[in-house]
Amino acid sequence: MNFRLTALAAAAMMAAAPALADLVVPNLSYRTGPYAANGTQYADGFNDYFTLLNERDGGIGGERIQVPECETAYNTEKGVECYESTKGSGAIVYNPLSTGITYQLIPKVSADGIVLYTPGYGRTSAKNGKVFEWVFNAPANYWDGASVAIKYLLDQNGGSLEGKKIALLYHNSAYGKEPIRTLQELAEKHGYTLTEIPVDAAAGQEQKSQWLQIRREQPDYVIMWGWGVMNQAAIQEAANVRYPMEQFIGIWWSGSEPDVLPAGAAANGYKALAFHGVGQDYPIYDELQEHVIAPGKASQGGQHVGTVLYSRGMYAALVISEAIRKAQELSGTAAISAAQLRDGFEALDITPERLAELGLPDFGPPITMSCENHGGSGMARVQQWDASAGKWNLITEFTEPDQEVLQPLIEEDSAAYAAEAGVTPRCS
Amino acid sequence: MDQLLYSAEVVLNGLMTGVMYALVALGFVLIFKASGVFNYAQGVMCLFAALTLVGIMNGQVPFAPLLSAITGNRIGTFGFTVPAALAVLLTAVVMVGLAWLINMLILRHLVNQAPIILFMATIGLAYFLEGLGDVMWGADVKVLDVGIPQGISESVEAWTHAVFGYGFFIDRLDIVAAVVATLLVAALVMFSQYTRQGRAMRAVADDHQAALSVGISLRFIWVLVWSIAGFVALVAGIMWGAKSGVQFSLSLIALKALPVLMLGGFTSIPGAIVGGLIIGVGEKLFEFWVGQLVGGATETWFAYVLALVFLVFRPQGLFGERIIERV
Amino acid sequence: MFYREAGDFKTSYRDDGQTFPIRLDRWGYYALLAVAFLVIPFVIDNYWANAILVPFLIYAIAAIGLNILVGYAGQLSLGTGGFMAVGAYAVYKLTTSFPDINIVIHVLLAGIITALVGMLFGLPSLRIKGFYLAVATLAAQFFLVWLFNKVPWFYNYSASGQINMPERSLLGQVITGPGTTPAAKYLLCLVFAVAVAWVARNLTRGTIGRKWMAIRDMDIAAEIIGVNPLNAKLTAFGVSSFFVGIAGALFFAVYLGAAEVGEAFGLNKSFLILFMIIIGGLGSIFGSFAGAAFMVLLPVLLKNVLVGGMGWPTDLAAYVELMIVGALIIIVLILEPHGLAQLWRLTKEKLRLWPFPH
Repeated sequence: MNFRLTALAAAAMMAAAPALADLVVPNLSYRTGPYAANGTQYADGFNDYFTLLNERDGGIGGERIQVPECETAYNTEKGVECYESTKGSGAIVYNPLSTGITYQLIPKVSADGIVLYTPGYGRTSAKNGKVFEWVFNAPANYWDGASVAIKYLLDQNGGSLEGKKIALLYHNSAYGKEPIRTLQELAEKHGYTLTEIPVDAAAGQEQKSQWLQIRREQPDYVIMWGWGVMNQAAIQEAANVRYPMEQFIGIWWSGSEPDVLPAGAAANGYKALAFHGVGQDYPIYDELQEHVIAPGKASQGGQHVGTVLYSRGMYAALVISEAIRKAQELSGTAAISAAQLRDGFEALDITPERLAELGLPDFGPPITMSCENHGGSGMARVQQWDASAGKWNLITEFTEPDQEVLQPLIEEDSAAYAAEAGVTPRCS
Repeated sequence: MDQLLYSAEVVLNGLMTGVMYALVALGFVLIFKASGVFNYAQGVMCLFAALTLVGIMNGQVPFAPLLSAITGNRIGTFGFTVPAALAVLLTAVVMVGLAWLINMLILRHLVNQAPIILFMATIGLAYFLEGLGDVMWGADVKVLDVGIPQGISESVEAWTHAVFGYGFFIDRLDIVAAVVATLLVAALVMFSQYTRQGRAMRAVADDHQAALSVGISLRFIWVLVWSIAGFVALVAGIMWGAKSGVQFSLSLIALKALPVLMLGGFTSIPGAIVGGLIIGVGEKLFEFWVGQLVGGATETWFAYVLALVFLVFRPQGLFGERIIERV
Repeated sequence: MFYREAGDFKTSYRDDGQTFPIRLDRWGYYALLAVAFLVIPFVIDNYWANAILVPFLIYAIAAIGLNILVGYAGQLSLGTGGFMAVGAYAVYKLTTSFPDINIVIHVLLAGIITALVGMLFGLPSLRIKGFYLAVATLAAQFFLVWLFNKVPWFYNYSASGQINMPERSLLGQVITGPGTTPAAKYLLCLVFAVAVAWVARNLTRGTIGRKWMAIRDMDIAAEIIGVNPLNAKLTAFGVSSFFVGIAGALFFAVYLGAAEVGEAFGLNKSFLILFMIIIGGLGSIFGSFAGAAFMVLLPVLLKNVLVGGMGWPTDLAAYVELMIVGALIIIVLILEPHGLAQLWRLTKEKLRLWPFPH
């Protein structure tokens, strides 16, 4: 009995390993657990873009892309298991959509020489390519987000936040704590006072204390760093205490459809950051319809096409595929290795023209990376929820973050990592 | 003066939150009293009930993901919606069926096992139901709208503003929840005092063997109790689901009910209510006065520490049965 | 026919009390150790080390620790995750403060620190019993996690509150950090697991173990016959937390390499380890290993069969996996409430008598 099970498992593991000829881009997704609702949409977008490339163009440069999916449930141990089980099949890049798993994988990919691409999440100081050789987080990271949010508020207030009160409502975890330092630095520079209000991840749906505090103190703005149920509960409670939605801004992980829908009409006017476009008004969706959705090849039947997180997953896939193209161009071979892909990422230059060519005009900011800069420009924009139409509208253009403040912070944090992990800076 | 008013507001909201905690704790108490099972799956039962309710209201096809995976074509909804009242009724029927199945498949086979084994079995059940809920209805966030009002109660605010000069915040959903909880407890009390089955239920809670010997069917009573607990889970699921959508996190509210149980005693319905109120007020006040000094988010552990300190002085909880040990 | 003693010829208490009274068992045990120490390190690869064997060994250590508390001393605890976090943060603070001292010493010190914390949280057990105690230990779980998340000193003021394990070596071999070879990781955990099992086995069959069991079976009766409950309960909490702390330290330092307290040492961990000892068998060292193997291997196996073997979508497979794990737990409890260890004992009994069952 036991033997048979083992044999079955062994056979299953053999079958799971894809043919080595293709380029392997594992999708470490989560469709179960506390963040399933968010993870599902992202994973669909990621899968569908590669399906489109495979179906329409036969892959990239003639190489088909394999996207083996592995369920992590947003759990670091399962993430490690997924990494180890897919690594052997020649994976060239990982995108785990979890800050916790990213921290876990950074030392591992650095030792194994595999690219880790964490758009909009992960370790912020990985932007410094001198220290983090294998990690990329373009187009924007958490600190960029914090800075763009403050810039937007500056714009709203005629360039001065002197004497304003800003509250940061954050997920009490590594992810939620990321922006605190930046917001504190910016508070010094712009003269606003910052109140930090943590929400415990395990009790995300009970936020009465936090919102009573906000109601008492009436901060001029609330910035939110939330994920999962915390977002829905916060937006609902904000509506309950009648906090003006126009003054409530979420990071890009707090700005998708599942976050605002449960609050219904009350969520109207809520704002969130974004580093990519949203909705189906892009030429690419016609092709997606023709090659992926209509033939029934869409991930999960295409029920989430066009949502914010779907678009984000698709965008991540797009950047990876462009990097693969670049790497093929540089190395002159179609079957690239992870090291060649890293060079491709470092030489990546996605111009607005190129985006338009890909069927996504003005979808994301231009991305230029180099050996030193693994984080792109950090530009982001603000979107606002229109509850009656049920869609997000982009209300600003792409804005540059305040690199003057961010750059020293990044240098400092990456230097600390370099000292801790014994990394000698490269690129010189 | 301001601090005092704020504290009063915090206390009031703490009481309301306490009612919400007590709703979840009630289900635990019912089952523990009648069958001695510490039912960890109560939280997942809330989730499952709420998922089923939303699924029925939206006319979703159950097991759609599974069916699609097997047949290959996409199945979504039946294309009709069910009115809320009828859906609640149907969900209650499903919960009764679930209670029957749990008894048939699990509890019957675990009679006379150590409490920890039964406890573990309910954790297994929690895993199973969590997976089942996802397979049946999908894992996306669902909007539950059964027409319960939400948001600040303006009349309370206006009135307190006129009297104290500061408008108190009370969520209308919480008021509804408090009323529903009162009705629910009243109904439970009536049921257990004045009906035949209710009295049988109390007899079983008192002493299994004695109840058996006077001809009460344990099996029937257990199904009954689990059904009632399922119904309580449905009510709790509706209240919590209306707050922040129906999704996985709903099952975690069980964690909020545990300190309530400790404080109130595992075997006392009034204990669940009073315990809930104490925990609700205590954690909100602590967060208000101390939490901000130590960096906030104290609510996850404060309830447990409060209950722990309390238990050291009264090991059977507030209303629990006195523990008498004989050698 | 071969699996038995030829009669009961024991002439000393020493023989009577030995762990493996049957020669075949003893050989099997030595053979297993030999394979574990001499064969596996040469064939192990990254996947087997990181996804299966290392977590299995570390969980086995934690399970032995919890088993001492729950299985031998009868004190139900749900604070295991919190105590593992103490071990992890202790080893992190120690090794970053005193990088020159050998990491093994740090791991042991982390165990001692955890033992002290465990005894502190064990104090209420003198008053509180049963499920009330279980829920009371949750206070430790939540409070400790909150503490490590909130006080920056514990994570050396890093921006996000994550802790990262620096590279450390032992006997010239790197044993923590990304550069570790799978064999080194595995061997380190194996040595600890074997040592812990050996210590636990000898503690539990000595005076102290008997005291624990007396307390477990009925604490008032034990008190009457002269067992000091304060002493027995606190030593149980201390020894148990010592092992759990070692497991936590290894879990962070060797297995994960980076950790976030709420994620890695949350309540789920407490439940997982409790499952291991229930499925494996309360009050059994072998059961701790069996339970750990069951709970580590089963999800991996199911995932590989459902996704890899049958090509199901990962989400559906994950749901079904949850259902199967839940159902299997219930089935095991129904079929054999005393766990896999009891099944093993029964098999041995049968084998001993075979082929003459009467």
